[in-house]
Amino acid sequence: MADALWPYVFIVVAGWLATDIWRWLGVVAGNRIDENSETMNWVRAVATALVAAVIAKLIVYPTGELEGSPIWLRVGAVAAGAVAFFAFRRHQLLGIVVAIGTLAAGLYVLGT
Amino acid sequence: MDAEAISEGQTKRHWFVQGMRGIWSIPAIMLMLSFVGFAAFTAEGGIPVEQVMFMTGMVWALPAKVILVGSMLSGANIVTAFIAVTLSSVRMMPMVAALVPEIRNRKTPTWLMLVLSHFVAITAWVFAMERAHKIPRDGRVAYFAGFSITLTSANIVLVGVAYFLVTQFPPLIGACLFFLTPVYFLTSIWVSARHRVIYWALGIGLVLGVVFHEIAPDFDILLAGLVGGTLAWFGERRLRLRQKGGV
Repeated sequence: MADALWPYVFIVVAGWLATDIWRWLGVVAGNRIDENSETMNWVRAVATALVAAVIAKLIVYPTGELEGSPIWLRVGAVAAGAVAFFAFRRHQLLGIVVAIGTLAAGLYVLGT
Repeated sequence: MDAEAISEGQTKRHWFVQGMRGIWSIPAIMLMLSFVGFAAFTAEGGIPVEQVMFMTGMVWALPAKVILVGSMLSGANIVTAFIAVTLSSVRMMPMVAALVPEIRNRKTPTWLMLVLSHFVAITAWVFAMERAHKIPRDGRVAYFAGFSITLTSANIVLVGVAYFLVTQFPPLIGACLFFLTPVYFLTSIWVSARHRVIYWALGIGLVLGVVFHEIAPDFDILLAGLVGGTLAWFGERRLRLRQKGGV
């Protein structure tokens, strides 16, 4: 019984509590900051840079199926996607399709 | 029809349903595909499907879940796992703090924002920051609730179904699904940015994410966010003030 429940306790403490405390603190902080203030600009910049760091890590240090792929292929795929994205007036779907397509083609050629 | 003729309750219901429709938007579909990738990751690691569905509802943020699963698979103790997950989730605080003033009005109770904040993760955040300002202020909380609660619920069901299908996927498909998450987040932030400082923070954060991973891997995301965000803010502000000064 205790053994069956343990993974859920683990998820609640190390997963739910570990993430939601920051969301609640965000509500408290957001209630006090003016939308147009310089503080808000800083908060926006920090939030974006944090997400950007998560993205960079997913590309440069991936886990799972991508772990065995060469880094030049992953970075090259993102670069190809970026070129398509900007060449076609920030076309989001096209950028994504080109990036994923480049990766898929590269993996296929490399036989991984 | 006169806007005042519609009762407040009807307005809220209207915007809630409009938000629910966001499940068919590109961001939502991209996230769902990323969750198929996540289902493959957990199925491969041998985490039972009930636990995967449970954590999808409870944790919600995909990067935090990837770290949580990594901790569970490596047999880390609960304290170590808590620290790793919580460090990856500090970003929730500025994200929620930036979102709250965008969507709430003077009458919105704080308890409601605390409950709804649970549904904030990168996709719902990008979606709301991009679209909320186009919606009348009184409908924004309902709109966000409609979108984010639908998105979370749909993905709980999705991982439960995908879990049993993905083991038959060839590795190439799995790799592409994993890669979708960062590529989709990148384009979303660029497309949804309404302030110049966002572009600066995105570029600096990408570079510093790698730099700090090499220097201080335990605190890389936190440091890249604080240092990179502050640099971006400072640089953009200097340029803005100089431009305003007409120099």
